[in-house]
Amino acid sequence: MNFWLELILKLVAILGFVLTGALVVIYAELKAGSHMQSRIGPYYAGGRWGWAQPLADGLKFLQKEDLAPAAADRTVYGLAPYVVMMSTIAVFVVIPFGPDMVGRDLDLGIYFVLAVSSLSVLGILMAGWSSANKYSLMGGLRAAAQLIAYELPLVLVSAAVVIQAGTMSLNGIVASQAQTWFTVGGVDVSAPFLIKGQIIGFTIFMIASVAELSRIPFDMPIAESELTMGYLTEYSGIRFTMFFLGEYAAMISLSAIAATLYLGGYAVPGVSGNILNVIGPGVMLAKISLLVFIFIWIRWTWPRLREDQLQHLAWRWLIPISLANIAVISIFKVAF
Amino acid sequence: MTVSISEFFRETANWAFLVIAVPTLYAGWRTVTSNNIVRAVLYLVVSLGGTAALFFMLGAEFVGWTVVLVYIGAVIILFLIGIMITRAPLGVEADLSHDRSVKAPAALLSTVMFGVVTWALLDAFSNEAIAPFDSTSTTELGLLIFDRFVIPFEVVSFVLLAALIGGIALARMDSEAPE
Repeated sequence: MNFWLELILKLVAILGFVLTGALVVIYAELKAGSHMQSRIGPYYAGGRWGWAQPLADGLKFLQKEDLAPAAADRTVYGLAPYVVMMSTIAVFVVIPFGPDMVGRDLDLGIYFVLAVSSLSVLGILMAGWSSANKYSLMGGLRAAAQLIAYELPLVLVSAAVVIQAGTMSLNGIVASQAQTWFTVGGVDVSAPFLIKGQIIGFTIFMIASVAELSRIPFDMPIAESELTMGYLTEYSGIRFTMFFLGEYAAMISLSAIAATLYLGGYAVPGVSGNILNVIGPGVMLAKISLLVFIFIWIRWTWPRLREDQLQHLAWRWLIPISLANIAVISIFKVAF
Repeated sequence: MTVSISEFFRETANWAFLVIAVPTLYAGWRTVTSNNIVRAVLYLVVSLGGTAALFFMLGAEFVGWTVVLVYIGAVIILFLIGIMITRAPLGVEADLSHDRSVKAPAALLSTVMFGVVTWALLDAFSNEAIAPFDSTSTTELGLLIFDRFVIPFEVVSFVLLAALIGGIALARMDSEAPE
């Protein structure tokens, strides 16, 4: 196929998936959150179950005026949402939904994911600084300190998976989980890394992911009671929508990465070949939905931590444990 | 053998090179001439991004993404946090500009550096055509670092260890200092 045509088709597919996915997750959060609090949630929009609520919200945001504070640094203020959005969407390039259903199976895979997702901190700091508002600046600083602290355990537990799989390519990681682990009575048994000794890694990955997403219980950067809305305070209209959609898209991307690293990705035991390109996306979507539901569940049932507790958790617990995790995984890798 | 200008522009890769290199150079220039410290850092981000893109063009994907992860994702963020925690004014800062006595040696030094690097590159490669190759595989790179270059690698890690210990010592100093 023509290179440029393929590029455009893949971009459209990824953008379409990310944006519709984000809307679906927003709706899921509205509904699931409501039911966890004994409410009904959106009910009228769209005629049934309020399914059109996220669309209506999105359109409402889009027609609002795009305001910027008089003292703001306009250029940086305008660019910040694009930086955050770009870093989130770029992750989807390497996420495999099937052996061939992948934007580009980079040799660097997970390394690429960690590199581009580290750019969102830059966008958040740009937003916080350029808003010319002390709440925004403090929110941006809190966000940056938090994202840096939790990126370390994320990188370290991913490194443990890379060691166990022997490759950084996400397709390779899925393939190594689909390999036969042992054979019982002539039946080949394969298991995802979650079962093959990465349960601690998975737990740390999920905790660090919640912190990377700045969701409750780690939502100090946008803590309403102290900082109004943190670095988002001054944003409105389409730029706020981009931050908002970006947050939910990041939820999907982190769930997809966790599903690939720990839950076996698109692999189905006993199935191989071209058929995986058809059922793989469905399997992957089911795993992503499960993890997204866990994120929503945590958000609506946990109280917010304090800023110092957050830093203690990362530096005193998660980072040492993930270092020990790497050591143990490496020993097992060499010994067996 | 020298390449004529028309020959240079006939090659698509050279256009791509210019599209990356010119903004990179401009951002580098603005990093040192910008009147606002945060903007200067943001121009540095563009400059580093261009450098990473040049590495991609050379097929050195791992090095390129390392520039993004380590320099943009960590070093620049630390710059920004450091600046914003102490002072982060918007708009033009008057005290950011130095007078001639500082500017002239800085310009001289950077010109000399540019000359030395250019000379070294020309001396090493001149106009020698390098055979096209696929992007470097990470496996080969890892084997090279941890096999042939393992001693330099360990030496570098000792420097980092020393820096870490120094950081801890500095951070602990004030609780024991008498003042």
